[in-house]
Amino acid sequence: MKVCITSSGNSPDSKLDNRFGRCSYFVIYDTVTLGMEFLPNPYKEIEEGAGTASVQLIASRGVSKIVSGEFGIKIKPLLDSLKIQMIVLKNEEKSIQDIVDMLNH
Amino acid sequence: MNNPPHFRGFKPIGMPEENHPVVMNYEEYEAIRLSDSVLLGQVKAAQAMGVSRPTFARIYESARRKVAQAFAEGKSIVFEGGKVYFDSEWYSCKNCSCWFNHPAKEDKVTECALCGSSDVEQYKEDSQQIGITDKDC
Repeated sequence: MKVCITSSGNSPDSKLDNRFGRCSYFVIYDTVTLGMEFLPNPYKEIEEGAGTASVQLIASRGVSKIVSGEFGIKIKPLLDSLKIQMIVLKNEEKSIQDIVDMLNH
Repeated sequence: MNNPPHFRGFKPIGMPEENHPVVMNYEEYEAIRLSDSVLLGQVKAAQAMGVSRPTFARIYESARRKVAQAFAEGKSIVFEGGKVYFDSEWYSCKNCSCWFNHPAKEDKVTECALCGSSDVEQYKEDSQQIGITDKDC
């Protein structure tokens, strides 16, 4: 299973990025191979529609869960219809590695 | 739409399997459910489904005709598609204090999607308050 985590930097020590569509990096974590992939967010500076564009990018990677600080109002119905699970974590102190460890529980 | 039906349709008793079932959209199912099961007025039911009242009336009319047709002619009903999305339910985890929704409604939620703790609770109120903001982000 693949999980997307929004990250503020490109290393496992980076903190969770609170915004989904405008995060700095998307981390695609594979729970089977334990591989981590850092994708720079191409829509970070876009004026409008960053969230929906990001959803398309993430969905094309076959992700089934997304961990972020918040999701925009347009994103919820989109992810619902794609059957992608949203996990809202209101904790900016957590690093990507912390979240990966939690996922591995 | 809140509750997708947990079944795929209806079959009449004592009729042979036939190839022409009545196809009912989910929005038609929901229109009948809201009007005749939950007993909402048309205006409220239309709001609940996010459509205008005339549109709701149209969906409802079509739904009733389909039910009547199946009933009168002994046809089966199958639910299929339509322009709907399913509103998912939200849960909170007391261990890692995260929120998560649950797209696969058929399965029961027993553990946190993030930390795997079993200390989870279903969120009762309007889920718009948590995590979901009206910012375009």
